Amino acid sequence: MELNTLTAHALIELLNKKDISPIDICNNIINRIDKTEKTLNALAHFDKEKSRQRCENLREGTEKRGRLWGIPIFIKDNISVKDELTTCSSKILKDFRSPYNATVIEKLLAANAVLMGKTNMDEFAFGSSTETSCYGPTRNPWDPKRIPGGSSGGSAAAVAGDEAIFALGSDTGGSIRQPAGVCGVVGLKPTYGRVSRYGLIAFASSLDQIGPITKDVEDAAILLKTISGHDEMDSTSADMSVPDYASGMKKNIKGMKIGIPKEYFIEGMDKEVKDSIKLAIEKLESLGAICENMSLPHTEYAVSVYYLVATAEASSNLARFDGVQYGLRAENIKSIIDMYKKTRKEGFGDEAKRRIILGTFALSSGYYDAYYLKALKARTLIRKDFDEAFKKFDAIVTPTSPTAAFKIGEKISDPLTMYLSDIFTISANLAGIPGISIPCGFTKNNLPVGLQILGKPFDEETILKVAYNYEQNTDWHKRKPAL
Amino acid sequence: MSYEIVIGLEVHLQLNTKSKVFCGCSTDFGSAPNTQTCPVCLGFPGSLPVLNRRALELGAKVAIALNCQIAKKIKFDRKNYFYPDLPKDYQISQFDNPLAQHGKLAIIAGEVEKIIRVRRVHLEEDTGKLFHQKDASLIDFNRCGIPLLEIVSEPDMNSPEEAYLYLTALKSILEYLDVSDCNMEEGSLRCDANISLRNKGDKELGTKTEIKNMNSFKGVKLALEYEAKRQANLLDADQRIVQETMLYNAEKGITEPMRSKEEAHDYRYFPEPDLVPFDFEKSLLEEIEKDIPELPEPKKNRFIKDYQLSNYDAAIMASDKSTADYFEKCAALYRNPKTVTNWIMGDISAYMRDNNVSIKDLKLKPENLSSMLKMIDGGVITGKIAKTLLIEIIQTGKDPEKLVKEKGLEQISDIGLLEAAIGSVIAENPKSAEDFKNGKDNAIMFLVGKVMQKTKGRANPNKVNEMLREKLKGAK
Repeated sequence: MELNTLTAHALIELLNKKDISPIDICNNIINRIDKTEKTLNALAHFDKEKSRQRCENLREGTEKRGRLWGIPIFIKDNISVKDELTTCSSKILKDFRSPYNATVIEKLLAANAVLMGKTNMDEFAFGSSTETSCYGPTRNPWDPKRIPGGSSGGSAAAVAGDEAIFALGSDTGGSIRQPAGVCGVVGLKPTYGRVSRYGLIAFASSLDQIGPITKDVEDAAILLKTISGHDEMDSTSADMSVPDYASGMKKNIKGMKIGIPKEYFIEGMDKEVKDSIKLAIEKLESLGAICENMSLPHTEYAVSVYYLVATAEASSNLARFDGVQYGLRAENIKSIIDMYKKTRKEGFGDEAKRRIILGTFALSSGYYDAYYLKALKARTLIRKDFDEAFKKFDAIVTPTSPTAAFKIGEKISDPLTMYLSDIFTISANLAGIPGISIPCGFTKNNLPVGLQILGKPFDEETILKVAYNYEQNTDWHKRKPAL
Repeated sequence: MSYEIVIGLEVHLQLNTKSKVFCGCSTDFGSAPNTQTCPVCLGFPGSLPVLNRRALELGAKVAIALNCQIAKKIKFDRKNYFYPDLPKDYQISQFDNPLAQHGKLAIIAGEVEKIIRVRRVHLEEDTGKLFHQKDASLIDFNRCGIPLLEIVSEPDMNSPEEAYLYLTALKSILEYLDVSDCNMEEGSLRCDANISLRNKGDKELGTKTEIKNMNSFKGVKLALEYEAKRQANLLDADQRIVQETMLYNAEKGITEPMRSKEEAHDYRYFPEPDLVPFDFEKSLLEEIEKDIPELPEPKKNRFIKDYQLSNYDAAIMASDKSTADYFEKCAALYRNPKTVTNWIMGDISAYMRDNNVSIKDLKLKPENLSSMLKMIDGGVITGKIAKTLLIEIIQTGKDPEKLVKEKGLEQISDIGLLEAAIGSVIAENPKSAEDFKNGKDNAIMFLVGKVMQKTKGRANPNKVNEMLREKLKGAK
């Protein structure tokens, strides 16, 4: 059996029955990586021997096993793992090893998951295609000429291509959901504050969340449960109890009220995507949900607001990469200012530079009120749209992205078009609400289409329930790319 | 031309919390470089700040003592600028919504009380410390993240002396609150000064300069005196004042332009997204308020009332907490507070000054001082003996009563012994005795002195005087 193709919950069962041992899964994964990684380039850092060693280290014993005992996991390269390379796929952090574990890593280790390696990403999570990585682009398992989405494209491609059982991504404007959508896997962005950000190298602190990318909804529920919860090290993490999602989501959705926002079916979006979503909505109705058209009137401002708020925060968050303490330091420097300039010029790629400049500008005196402050006000309006909507609806369903995977190189020189890839995912980050993307169909070219389900703050259970019910009554998630 | 000097001060105060303001690292001074650091205060990628509530409480304590209005909502901002001692290349500070505003502090300038307004008080993190060497610069991040309270005055001071008095009054309050070591040399208290001149009667402020790098209150005063003169000379010569930062050179006693190549900073302040704004709970504020001890000004007034001290004596006794506590302990043990202040301000102060000890470290405990004073009152020792005895107690910490007995310093009250001494002094100084008998009254003082010498100061000089007169008169 090819264990690497299975879900975590299936493997947990096999491990419990002692039919297999952790090293078997690990070896299956290594075999797969040997075969497909050349095509996919999904991984940023991976050490076979170290991974095998970690499996061996999981001694069979009398002590209680963690829920993820023996299950291998890949981590997006912007999440800190102690003594391991944590580079955000950026030259400026080349060779940087974090001195500490992110809180999510501590939680995974406590659950006895096996850390495998780091996945490729857009540099500092700046992008929707994983083309801005210093390690080169990751390719979509469904069509290697196409992008896997981004910025967690490495995680999504690894999971879709069966190089990984599941993986962690991070989502600032859609970076989990959009790649999950275009790779045909499940990606969940939790409510802001649900998962600790401690150890996640910040892109935009008020928007970032870590979340699972998995082969099915049940795995997303299990992994979310593992990494969630209050963390004293993160002041923005919520002190709220975490339900057991995997059991809660299995109830039916009869009578559930689902909103379909008209602003998410726009001119210029792919007709095949639109058609798949329509069919998915019909499916949900057939399962007893009550779907109704509705409006989120301030949606049109989301992209502009996002690119002000996110870049402003990013410009400040990325200031620390200055060559002083860690990471790249340029050579032949004449002064401290010279060191800053040369280091950052050499270390950051074009998109990182573009966003730093944009954010610096938005915060500059004389422009702050017109840009940043105004963006904050518009953000409040967008949040209020959702507050209003959730008074009436239990969940909102939209397409994850306006198109299926586009070709590598197609949009990279046109940032504005690229930015529109996130048009349907950004609002959830601005409002801080949870969202999940699940497979809901394929285009004629056999490219996956993602269905996005948005929920109330801290009500991941409901969106998981909708997702699970849909998934259990469809087969999209069972399809595998011909790699 | 005569100008009005306008001065405003910015004081940076390290709060004496055990751990840093946004992480758990120790704040101890003097440890080996970079041993008190962690991913958070080193600004490592992915690390996040968590507010140390104790720092906020201490800051609020200062703000309340300075009669400020405390903000209802606590919010932090990022101040963005590149500098190697700032590991994140932004400082977590407070911008448009500081911890407290609109305070005031009274100083006594000459005989008159003057109110200096406090513009704002806010909390931020300290930076690391740079050490420049010949071909490298080194950074110690131990200091990085220590809670810093910035206290900004309005430009209400009109002389370097007033600036000095403001700092002294502020320090006195801060010491009462026990929120900081207030040590300017170790850098736990730092002060920058803004100074400008204008023609007397003008409403508009002149162009100011900012002076940095003073490491004592006296240095602040001297720097301001120099800078005021420098600006006056420029204005007299019809030259323009350049708005710039000056560094005080204590060795040369002058201010010099910093001449930094950096352009004007745009700090691009924006709300710190890693720290959620929160309401400052009213109950906590009330608790902090209760925790504030009696401050110098009310204490002085109480001393005047309770101990009948003069305004001057009371002000000195209340000026710092250790002195006030010392005084009050003595006053509780000994009946005459005025005598206590005389001793504290006289011989004890002189000793402390000469030997560079503080009243806290003095071996002369209030119990010792009061028992010595009681011995003087009871005629056990003379005032003269007491002066030397005091030094010995200060140096050894011994009990004065025991010391007096050990050394046999009790006043001679045995008339026989005194008469014998007087007899032999008259016999040894017949000329002086004769002079006195012949109406030269002054001569008696010489003889009294001789008797005191003979008795090693243990005789009561008034008694000796009286007995001598009687003896010589009788012999006439």
